[in-house]
Amino acid sequence: MGNFWRATWSMYIDGFKSMTIGRKLWLIIIVKLAVFFLILKLFFFPDILSVNYSNDGERADAVRNSLTTPTSKPIKNN
Amino acid sequence: MNDLLGVVDWSRAQFALTAMYHWLFVPLTIGLSLIVAVMETIYVRTGLPRWKGITKFWMTLFGINFACGVATGLILEFEFGTNWSNYSWFVGDIFGAPLAIEGIVAFFMEATFVAVMFFGWNRVSKGFHLTSTWLTAIGVSLSALWILVANSWMQNPVGMKFDLAQMRNVMDNFWEVAFNPVPVNKFFHAVFSGWTLAGVFVIGVSCWLLWRKRNVEAAKSSLKIGTWVGLAGILLTLWTGHGSAVQVSKVQPMKLAAMEGLYRGSVGQDLVGVAVLKGEDSRTDEDPMLFSIDIPSGLSYLVYGESDRFIPGIRDLINGFTIDQNGDTVNTVSYADRIALGTKSREALARYGEAVKAGDTAAAAQAATDVEENFKYFGYSYLSSPEAAIPPVGMTFYSFRIMVMAGGYLLLLFVVLLFLSYRKTQYLEKPWLNWVGILSIAVVWICSQAGWIVAEVGRQPWVIQDLMPTNAAISDIPASSVQITFWIFAAIFTGLLIAEISIMLRYIAASSKNDIENPTH
Repeated sequence: MGNFWRATWSMYIDGFKSMTIGRKLWLIIIVKLAVFFLILKLFFFPDILSVNYSNDGERADAVRNSLTTPTSKPIKNN
Repeated sequence: MNDLLGVVDWSRAQFALTAMYHWLFVPLTIGLSLIVAVMETIYVRTGLPRWKGITKFWMTLFGINFACGVATGLILEFEFGTNWSNYSWFVGDIFGAPLAIEGIVAFFMEATFVAVMFFGWNRVSKGFHLTSTWLTAIGVSLSALWILVANSWMQNPVGMKFDLAQMRNVMDNFWEVAFNPVPVNKFFHAVFSGWTLAGVFVIGVSCWLLWRKRNVEAAKSSLKIGTWVGLAGILLTLWTGHGSAVQVSKVQPMKLAAMEGLYRGSVGQDLVGVAVLKGEDSRTDEDPMLFSIDIPSGLSYLVYGESDRFIPGIRDLINGFTIDQNGDTVNTVSYADRIALGTKSREALARYGEAVKAGDTAAAAQAATDVEENFKYFGYSYLSSPEAAIPPVGMTFYSFRIMVMAGGYLLLLFVVLLFLSYRKTQYLEKPWLNWVGILSIAVVWICSQAGWIVAEVGRQPWVIQDLMPTNAAISDIPASSVQITFWIFAAIFTGLLIAEISIMLRYIAASSKNDIENPTH
């Protein structure tokens, strides 16, 4: 069993070390995920209901109010 | 909500932008993973090293696409919570389950077996490596299944109950949500279209190699595989597309009517082949077409397998015609009445909230009964008139025709290439044919995107069919914030696309004969 884990570990390590085009691809993945989660998610995409209300009861009330208050501009066409 | 329409329109545009960019990567991942698995299977069965080289060449292109495309779908989930918070809350219980399963399947299957695919050559047995490659292909498709289940539920909301206290639809039948005919058809249609797309991609790249006289034999072998997979893909896509259209006729007849530009239906309804719609101002219910070549009774036959059946048009549907569970057309509730009944349900929902706040349990119970009574028309209460339920007919109509015509062209391409690959191989090196293959890459992506435009634009104004239109699903946020992120996404995704294309082109251009057919490791 120990051999299996050692072989798996060395497969990953050697695989990463011997990458050529893969280095560029990993860089793309890491930069992309960093931009998505550390910039976009944090600063531009808050979960509106989680941020504005403290519990599920308040969130349900907020959605009920929003859905039952007549909108100023109902859909006329698409 | 002073700028409600601005928020709705910008949020729709943002969702469309991100979904369309996401779908540039996904079908290639689905289809190319299969093609790589087929190629590796040939390598393992024949033992010929050249097939190992060919497999590794296409596997690298798969890896480039995978790296650029992975996680682009996460953005859509960000948008749910920020731009579409009402929707997100209203259906979170149902949407959450398929998306969570998708995340787990995608992470464990793809991450594990993709690593073995790329790092495991000469480290694991041939059989284990091949198994990993196949499991990657299966995992990619399975993760698509759950996304498509979620999307299908929005088009055909079944297997749930509305919980007033939580203000959420909660799942009460997982199997009905996941395995009713709508998601099943949609899943196979999307996966097979991925095979088609990847088939054309392989053909196009192979044609480029043939045109540049590089790796000619490898290119010819790849082209054959791409053509076979593409042909299987397009035939199965046609079959499942027909199945999807039949489902649309049952659960979204308005979308079918828009796809056909059909305003007044008839018994033995013709199928519109090539046509031009009149402009909206001059279009009438009786005569919407400027020019049209039809197949007599074709639509009735395609939907029912019988040429003398009635297919309702847009005006018929507004007047109350619909298709019941047995597939029969019946006249039930007009859209004007649905708006009235939906409004009753919505007013009862407001009463329920007030009664709960006041602690009046009897009034709350009565209001709950009133909500439930007309809940299936709840979404209609947000429409200003019955005509507001009509999707953009022109975009749906033309996108459908672009998809079908492009699909027909691709079928012809596969048949011709297959014939040439076996009977007239000298033609495969003709520059004109190579350029047909290269340019077909654009055609297949246009075809794939057009299909999604039909599916999503054709279901407007609904986010959830009959229950929630876009203007009810939206968050109370300023349009300006959505505009900013729209342009950020446009820049990021365009950058990713440019990165993918340039890395791919450089890799393909740099591949020498030795690289492909005689791998050194």
